[in-house]
Amino acid sequence: MQIKESSEIYDVIIVGSGAGGGMATKQLADAGFNVAVVEAGPFFDPADPKTMTQMKWPHQSPRRGAGTDRPFGEFDMAYGGWEIEGEPYTHEPGTEFRWFRSHMLGGRTNHWGRISLRFGPKDFKGKTRDGYGEDWPIGYEDVKPYYDKVDKLIGVFGTNEGLENDPDGFFLPPPKPRLHELFYIQGARKSGIPVIPSRMSMLTKRINNDRGVCFYCGQCARSCSAYADFSSGSCLIFPAQKSGGKVRLYTNCVVREVTTNEEGKATGVSYISKDDRREYKLKARVVVLAASACSSARILLNSKSPQHPNGLGNSSDVVGKYLHDSTGSSRSGFIPQLMNRKPSYNEDGVGGLHVYSPWWGDNSQLDFPRGYHIEVWGGMGMPSYGFGFNANEFNKFFGTKVGGYGDVLRDDVKKYYGAVVGMAGRGEGVARKDNYCEIDETTVDQFGIPVLKFNYKWSDLERKQATHMQDTFEEIIHNMGGQVLGDRPGGPDNGLNKPGEIIHEVGTTRMGNDPKTSVTNKFNQLHDVDNVFIVDAGPFVSQADKNCTWTILALSWRASDYIIEQLKQQNI
Amino acid sequence: MDRRQSIQTMLLGAGAISLGLHSCVSEGEPALEEQIIESADGFFGRTPEELERIEKLNAEQLFNEHELETIAVLSEVILPPKPEVGGPLEAGVPEFIEFIGKDMPRMQNTLLGGLLWLDNQSLELFNKEFKSLELSQQKQILDPIAFYDPEVPSRKRPFEIQWFSLMRNLTMTGYYTSEWGIKDLGYKGNQPNVWDGVPQDVLDQHGVAYDPEWIAKCIDQSKRGDIAKWDEHGNLLT
Repeated sequence: MQIKESSEIYDVIIVGSGAGGGMATKQLADAGFNVAVVEAGPFFDPADPKTMTQMKWPHQSPRRGAGTDRPFGEFDMAYGGWEIEGEPYTHEPGTEFRWFRSHMLGGRTNHWGRISLRFGPKDFKGKTRDGYGEDWPIGYEDVKPYYDKVDKLIGVFGTNEGLENDPDGFFLPPPKPRLHELFYIQGARKSGIPVIPSRMSMLTKRINNDRGVCFYCGQCARSCSAYADFSSGSCLIFPAQKSGGKVRLYTNCVVREVTTNEEGKATGVSYISKDDRREYKLKARVVVLAASACSSARILLNSKSPQHPNGLGNSSDVVGKYLHDSTGSSRSGFIPQLMNRKPSYNEDGVGGLHVYSPWWGDNSQLDFPRGYHIEVWGGMGMPSYGFGFNANEFNKFFGTKVGGYGDVLRDDVKKYYGAVVGMAGRGEGVARKDNYCEIDETTVDQFGIPVLKFNYKWSDLERKQATHMQDTFEEIIHNMGGQVLGDRPGGPDNGLNKPGEIIHEVGTTRMGNDPKTSVTNKFNQLHDVDNVFIVDAGPFVSQADKNCTWTILALSWRASDYIIEQLKQQNI
Repeated sequence: MDRRQSIQTMLLGAGAISLGLHSCVSEGEPALEEQIIESADGFFGRTPEELERIEKLNAEQLFNEHELETIAVLSEVILPPKPEVGGPLEAGVPEFIEFIGKDMPRMQNTLLGGLLWLDNQSLELFNKEFKSLELSQQKQILDPIAFYDPEVPSRKRPFEIQWFSLMRNLTMTGYYTSEWGIKDLGYKGNQPNVWDGVPQDVLDQHGVAYDPEWIAKCIDQSKRGDIAKWDEHGNLLT
């Protein structure tokens, strides 16, 4: 079989269409370059009625919203999940990593939480601060202009609070807190924990005439058909096409490797089309990888050649190393003062929290080096599969019988509707060389591409942080006059979510000034090959106690500006 | 039509629908993909693979007619219907339990075994199947298994208590995810609206108030349609 080679030479091939790939597409196409976007999944437009799940009712489905097909419920808008048929990954025995992949145009941005936090000045200099990990080769001042531009281009609500490590920005006004959030504010503040309006990328106010304004259905995880939340397709790729950019989308195309010439420079990519299961080649002057931190590492490691025997960009042997996810631990409480609510109004709000707690602690006084923020949930949400299970279990707090049948169940459901408040801590784990992904030489996926093998363990630094989270949650629930639900999560990792479960994979191709200890330079450009860039979260040196998307967007824009300059100067 | 007759009509109706779809596929007139893509138009955002799986499950049968009738009768004992807001049958609970049992096969033994346990008890005590008993007799069987000790982990409770809890949970979730149940609950969402805070009477009822300083920073909904502009320091001008 002959590999089919396209004769067209693109200026830039971008692999992946999530946050990083979308931003690179927008910037490079707007600059007039001829761009090919190669996406492993199908085309997806949140406004397409055929695929749309927004505003659907649970009774429109025979399984009433249960998560059999999609792990976050069947109306969640991420195709894929923790396991994808025909595309396995493996583990070093005794270690764990849960890898969430979403193959579709826009990738995981179609369902993400839209929590859009800038990293602060301290977050770029972790090693200087506490001796753990490594400093970034750049600082907040390098990224700030791009955060500012991302705020204005995409839209994020929040408030300027003048906090040192949670920088101000260009915010849309936030929505008012919901009832349970008022209880959280009281409970947290009683313990001296700050609470401020959330910072999330939904449009509470119009930012241009192409995108709608939030109509408060609370279903951002279903991807907004009015384009009022940030999804990469609706906010970056479609606008790039609409403004006349040369953007060719290759969907259902799984990239195997970056191809190189005798000088070791990249010439393009080879991919397998899911439609005919055949291999094709595309050529370009520049290749930008944005396939997700782990997928981009996999592509590099699979791109072996005489010039790059250890995989592309891997002369340092650092590709795949320093993989880290955010830490996570959660708890919920039953709040008697929230019983017997009047469901007289619609409190769907935006999808997710209207208030949150940025990290408040002084780690120099604590037994763990890095912080976490707290996300809050609760309220009178739309019933879905699971609603009404153990409807009167909270009777146990009043010494009355649990279970039964008859009319009383109708009363019980209403009595307890909206009386639970949950908290989720999302924190920074320390990046370590011995947490990594590598190629498993024994296993391929259905496209014949060698798969990733993960090796990841939490350390005491994260376990102690989780203990602090649980202590804090219990205290806040008590402050709210509530009862903590369930046993304190224990296990060997003190109630930490499994690595990968927070879906913030970063660090596999970290940036640095020294080519011996890092994969890219400070402009996301491979040290080894100057016409290959990585604009997903792979180049992150550390994750911070924030979410990664806003920084992916800012750094992708910054890298794109650098690519534009280098292409214009004919340096690459 | 009396209640029992209506149960049979509803169940028959559901069966006929799934049979109809099945025969359509086997006659093979339009290709399956075409049919699936077409049906996605008025459907609920499924991928072709997901729809195919649903069709496949619909073509299978988990419960026999007697079992479905028993589920229908039991679900109405668990959650008796009310004139304005219906009950489990209006909400499609038996069809839902039939589907979810196939969708989540781990439940099947408990569901099937429990129904046989129920008839076994009924026959022993009253020499009739559960579905034909008087309500008072049905209650006599259910009362000893209807309550559970929440301090005992669910898997360690006696089988019949686990089974009844599962039937209650599925009945409740099937009902409250239906139009009828949502009406009974009073949920007002899943429709376009403009969120502007908790109503004052609700704040009063729960003894909380908004902090004026906080509210001053929140969106003025009368300006939500104005395009945002900021000064160089990030202060919103519009």
